Amino acid sequence: MADMSLKKYPIPEQDPNQRNKNFAEVSLGYTEELARKESARCLQCKNKPCVAGCPVQVDIPGFIAKIGQGDFEAAYDVLKSTNTLPAVCGRVCPQETQCEERCVRAIKGQSVGIGRLERFAADRHMEKVCEAPLRPSPNGKKVAVVGSGPAGLTCAGDLAAMGYAVTVYEAFHVAGGVLMYGIPEFRLPKAIVQKEIDDLRKLGVEILTNRVVGRAETIDELLDEEGYSAVFVGTGAGLPSFMNVPGENLNSVYTANEFLTRINLMKAYKWPECDTPVRIGKRVAVVGGGNVAMDAARSAKRLGAEEVSIVYRRSEEEMPARLEEVHHAKEEGIRLVTLTNPTAILDDGKGWVRGMTVVDMELGEVDAKGRRSTHAIPGSEHDLAFETVVIAIGQSPNPLIRQTTPGLSTQRWGGIIVDESTGATSKPRVYAGGDAVTGAATVILAMGAGKIAAKSIDELVRSSEA
Amino acid sequence: MYRIVQKKTLNPQVKLMTVEAPAIAKKARPGQFIILRVHDEGERIPLTIAGFDRAAGTITIVFQEVGRTTRALGQLEEGDSILDFVGPLGIPSHTEGIRKACVIGGGLGTAIAWPQAKALHDLGAEVHMICGFRNKDLVILEDEVRAASDRTIITTDDGSNGVKGFVTDQLKALLAEGNEYDVVIAIGPLVMMKFVSQMTKPLGIRTIVSLNPVMIDGTGMCGGCRVTVGGKTKFACVDGPDFDGHEVDFDEAIRRSSMYRDEEKQSDEMHQCRMGGLSNG
Repeated sequence: MADMSLKKYPIPEQDPNQRNKNFAEVSLGYTEELARKESARCLQCKNKPCVAGCPVQVDIPGFIAKIGQGDFEAAYDVLKSTNTLPAVCGRVCPQETQCEERCVRAIKGQSVGIGRLERFAADRHMEKVCEAPLRPSPNGKKVAVVGSGPAGLTCAGDLAAMGYAVTVYEAFHVAGGVLMYGIPEFRLPKAIVQKEIDDLRKLGVEILTNRVVGRAETIDELLDEEGYSAVFVGTGAGLPSFMNVPGENLNSVYTANEFLTRINLMKAYKWPECDTPVRIGKRVAVVGGGNVAMDAARSAKRLGAEEVSIVYRRSEEEMPARLEEVHHAKEEGIRLVTLTNPTAILDDGKGWVRGMTVVDMELGEVDAKGRRSTHAIPGSEHDLAFETVVIAIGQSPNPLIRQTTPGLSTQRWGGIIVDESTGATSKPRVYAGGDAVTGAATVILAMGAGKIAAKSIDELVRSSEA
Repeated sequence: MYRIVQKKTLNPQVKLMTVEAPAIAKKARPGQFIILRVHDEGERIPLTIAGFDRAAGTITIVFQEVGRTTRALGQLEEGDSILDFVGPLGIPSHTEGIRKACVIGGGLGTAIAWPQAKALHDLGAEVHMICGFRNKDLVILEDEVRAASDRTIITTDDGSNGVKGFVTDQLKALLAEGNEYDVVIAIGPLVMMKFVSQMTKPLGIRTIVSLNPVMIDGTGMCGGCRVTVGGKTKFACVDGPDFDGHEVDFDEAIRRSSMYRDEEKQSDEMHQCRMGGLSNG
C-alpha cells in the first residue's frame, strides 16, 4: 500500500548559516529509513509517465521498488543499466522539470523524491560495494571521445559496455569537465565525480588528460592516423560571454568560468595550502540569473564575502536557475537585486573595481522565445558599491574544434550542427552532443545526447562491418 | 607524468628543462606555449615553448624562479617528472614574408625570443638580435643567440657585460644606422615591450610582442588572460600569445599582471617559512 502523504520526506541539509561558511555538501542525503519511506510514496504506475521525462530513460518505478524491498544494490543496478552517472544525476538533475514533473503524485501534492532516491541508491553503492564492474569482451573497435564532461563520459561508458576500446581526450588535468570545474563542491562533491569516473576506468575506458584536441591531435588525425572508427565531440560550452560594458577588464572582474574554475578545480578555497588564489573582497556582485550565477554567488559567500548580490535584469520569477538553487542561495543570505542591469563597471582609480553603474529595468511583452522583454527605465541610473564582479551571463561552445575540423558544420553562434535523433554531424564518422551542440544546458541533456550518439556509433560500426 | 630529461642552470635564477612530451613535440611551433602543474595542490602556469625536438619527443622550457610554482619546478631534477604538461597552446608566430627582422629579448624573454630568431634565421631572414639583462650574471643563452643572428647586441643595465643601457637605446641606434626591418619582435617584461612598441609606432615598423598573462586553462575558457588589443578584448591563450605591439593596451596588461601580487607574496612567504622549518627540523 502506497504512503499517501502529500509531501516528500524532507532531506536532511546543513543549516544555512553553517553551510554558507564551508564547502561541504549542502544536502546530506536520505538515510535508509527515509529512503524506504519515500520509496513507499511511489504508486508503481503501469504506464510510468516519469520515465518519459528522463533523457536517459531510467526505469524509475523499477529502481524505487528495489529500494522499497531493501535491495539497494539491485536498485543501483537498475539505475546504472541506463545511467552512467547516477550519483551525479541524483544531485544536479533538474528533476522538477523532468521525471518529477510528470509524476502522478505531483497532481495533488508533491512528486515522489526521485532525485533523492537516485542519489541514495548511488551513494549507498559507492559506500558499500567495491567490486569492479564486469568488463565486456572487446569487439576490437576503437572510438575516441573528445571531452570528459557528462556527454563524453556517458558516450564512453555506453560504448565501453558494448565492448569498444574507448579513449577519452581531456584538456584539463582531471576528467569530469563541468562536473569538476563548474559545479561547486557543496552541490556535487568532487570525490563522487571521481568515483563515477573510476568506475568507467574499471570498465576499460582510457582517459588521457592534458590533451587538447585541435592543438595537439586533430579530429582528422584521430580518424585517419590513430585508427578510431568514430569520434564523439562533447567539448561543452566553455567560451564565456561578456556584457560589453566599460570596465570589464578591470582587476577583480571575473568570468564565472574563471571564478568557479579557480575555486572548484584549482581549490582556491583551500588557498594558501593550494597555490591558486581567488580575489573576493567584502562586496561581491554576480551578474546573471542562472544556475552558474547561483553557484558563483554561493561560493563567494563561503569564501567570506560579507555581502553577495545577484544582479539580474529580469525578476526573480524569470530566473533560469532551478528553484531549489535560488531557494538555497536566499537561505544562505545572498541578496537578489532584480530588474537591474549593469551599464558600466567602475574603476577605483587604480584599476580595481569599486562598483557598478546600474539601470532599473521593467518587463514588457512576451517575446518570440516566450520570455518577457526588458527595457531600461530612463533616468534610473545609479551606482552600487562592490569590490568584485563575477559575470555569469552565459557560455557558448569553444571554437577550437570547429576551427580545426574541416567539414564540421556549425551554427552561427558556434554550436555543432547534428541530427538530433543520431548525434551525427555533417562530417562522416564524427558525432557530437551536449553543450557543444545545444549551448549551455543541463548535465542530463548532455548525457542523453551522449547515449544517443553511442548507439549511433555502434550502428555505424556494425553496418560498415556488414 | 612528464619526465625531465635535461636540466641546465642558465643563471642563478633561470633554468632550462627538456621534458618528454611527444604529443606536444609532434605539433609544437615557435611562439606557442604549454601549461604545467608541478604537484597536486599546484597552480597551472603558462610557459612559452623555448624549443622542441619532434624526433626525441621533447619540449624545452626556460623559466625564472620567481614564485612558488617556478621555485618548486626548479627543485625537480633530471629523471623527475612534472605532474601535468599540456600543449601546444596558442597560435604559432607568423614567419612568412620576413626578410629582415630585429628580435629583442629582455631578460628571461631572451629564451623565448631566441627560438623565434632562430626560426627566422633558418628561413633565410637577416636577423639582428638585441638581448638586455640587468647585469652580467643574468646573461643567458649568449652563444645560442649569437648563432641564431647575423648581428648580436648584448646590453646590461649596468654595463657589466656588453653595452650599457636599455634595449630601446640599441634599437634606436640600429634604426639610425639605416636598418630597415620588416618586423621588430619584442619579448620580455611588459614595460620593455611597451617602450619598444612606443618607439616603433611613429616609424610605422610592424612590431610583434608575446604576452604571457595569468591564465588557467589556456584554451579560451576562463578569460583570465584577456587583454585589450586595438580596443577589443582578446584572449592571449587563443588569440595570441603574439599581438601587434602598436595595438596592445600595455598599461591595462601591466595592471592585470599585478592582480595577485599580494596573494603571491603571502603564499611565497608562507612557503619559504615551511621550507625553512623543514630544513631546520
